[in-house]
Amino acid sequence: MIYSATIQNKLDVFAIRKQFPVLNREVKGKPLVYFDNAATTQKPQSVMDVLVDYYSGYNANIHRGIHTLAEEATAAFELSRDAVQKFINAASREEIIFTKGTTESINLVAYSWGRQNIKAGDEIIISTMEHHSNIVPWQILCQEMDAVLKIIPVNDHGELLMEEFEQLLSAKTKLVSIVHVSNAMGVVNPVDKIIESAHKAGAVVLIDGAQSTVHLDIDVQEMDCDFFAFSAHKFYGPTGIGGLYGKKQLLESMPPFLSGGEMIKEVSFDGTTYADLPYKFEAGTPNIADTIALKAAIDFINQIGKENIRRHENELLAHATAQLREIEGLKIIGDAQNKISVVSFVVDKVHPQDLGILLDNAGIAVRTGHHCTQPLMQRFRIPGTVRASFAVYNTKEEIDVMVTSLRKAIKMLL
Amino acid sequence: MNGSRTIEATENEIVEEFSLFDSWDDKYEYIIDLGKKLHPLDEKYKIDENRVRGCQSTVWLTADYENGKIFYKADSDAVIVKGLISMLIRVLSGQEPDKIIKANLDFIKEIGMMSHLAQTRANGLLSMVKQMKNYALAYKLKNAN
Repeated sequence: MIYSATIQNKLDVFAIRKQFPVLNREVKGKPLVYFDNAATTQKPQSVMDVLVDYYSGYNANIHRGIHTLAEEATAAFELSRDAVQKFINAASREEIIFTKGTTESINLVAYSWGRQNIKAGDEIIISTMEHHSNIVPWQILCQEMDAVLKIIPVNDHGELLMEEFEQLLSAKTKLVSIVHVSNAMGVVNPVDKIIESAHKAGAVVLIDGAQSTVHLDIDVQEMDCDFFAFSAHKFYGPTGIGGLYGKKQLLESMPPFLSGGEMIKEVSFDGTTYADLPYKFEAGTPNIADTIALKAAIDFINQIGKENIRRHENELLAHATAQLREIEGLKIIGDAQNKISVVSFVVDKVHPQDLGILLDNAGIAVRTGHHCTQPLMQRFRIPGTVRASFAVYNTKEEIDVMVTSLRKAIKMLL
Repeated sequence: MNGSRTIEATENEIVEEFSLFDSWDDKYEYIIDLGKKLHPLDEKYKIDENRVRGCQSTVWLTADYENGKIFYKADSDAVIVKGLISMLIRVLSGQEPDKIIKANLDFIKEIGMMSHLAQTRANGLLSMVKQMKNYALAYKLKNAN
């Protein structure tokens, strides 16, 4: 890393913006303001360059190939695994399984670990603020196994009710699957405490890191989670690539999720033996190009330093929150103390969709709707919110543009 | 309502009105105004079977059949959508089922709405058109029997 955590570097946003070509474009005749980073971040040139380099220089199917291109591609692919291992501080590289992203990672655990370990009457705990991808796989599993899904409620600030969680825990609890940072509100959950309590009850813990990986320092060993799921496209990497971290002994005990090539040791019609970790869970030709480019995204983050990124994003969040609070009739959904990079809000008598359309007309990309968290919207009795989510390349000036456009939109709509 | 006016004539009228606007700000202002003026739908019609699927906001649509013509009533919790519905009602309400079924509704494209709206919202608009045509088709079939 170039920066140490203690050096208070002022981040050069304009130098960073130059690395993101898309930020130069106009939308509806106005300069793009991209505040939909929680959905997906934009990609730096370095990530795109790797994709082009791969396809124009050493495209080949990886592993097993004996020719030079295959060796180069395999080496680059496996370097990405090492980069991810370091990025989230896993104990070994075998604990990093490449998947399409968070959704596939959660499904992998639900199908492989879940069907092996969940029995009738067992309980799985999730929370009200989960993304649908951390709800539906468990609903399906519970239906199939006759298990019970328990939900941790949230308070009016969007924080988990920890006492309720402690009460839900019992000897029946087999799994706790919790989002690290809420995609709809930006609330950071006390995962250390959750993991500690869940482990005391003998449960396995999966952390949905889709939103957290880009902002927080992730140390899966210190956190002591059993599984950690993430998507590269939420941290400046390509779409269609992400991963699952799992503790080695857990992954070793689990049956394959998908089967086919790459995941086998030997195949005969009398029986098949499976490959060692991580390949047991990586059936078929993987997404080679995007996996290789994933490393460039990690390099991009490490060059700036997560500490610096976080400081910048916290300033943006504080600025946005203060500006938005000035607007009459506007209510922030999820005003917890511990938040990161996301501000979600509703305005009295105004539908979020109307605000979304008018902000788009001003060149501002925000997300409106339920953010794939319908139970959370039901909890707050709202049809959806307007969500602005910030990244390293955003500026306070952009927030001011949004706030001005928002005021104008509300005036038009009321 | 506009009993003798053709669908095309009303479409042309709307296209002409939109040609007066210089910017999308003005167009939206006009659409929002239409939305605010749309007669609110009686609560008894705001039921699940009148909901139009495929919209991010909630849209209710119902239709009456009188003297061989269809009259639409609709509402939404989002005002821009309401404005768009208001235009569709202006064009299609009071027309015969056959004419509604065959209507091209090119005005939606001509006022730039299709290219301006994000895909998901444009799909919502098309869902509304489809639902209006479905009503026309249903009344036509009912009449034929």
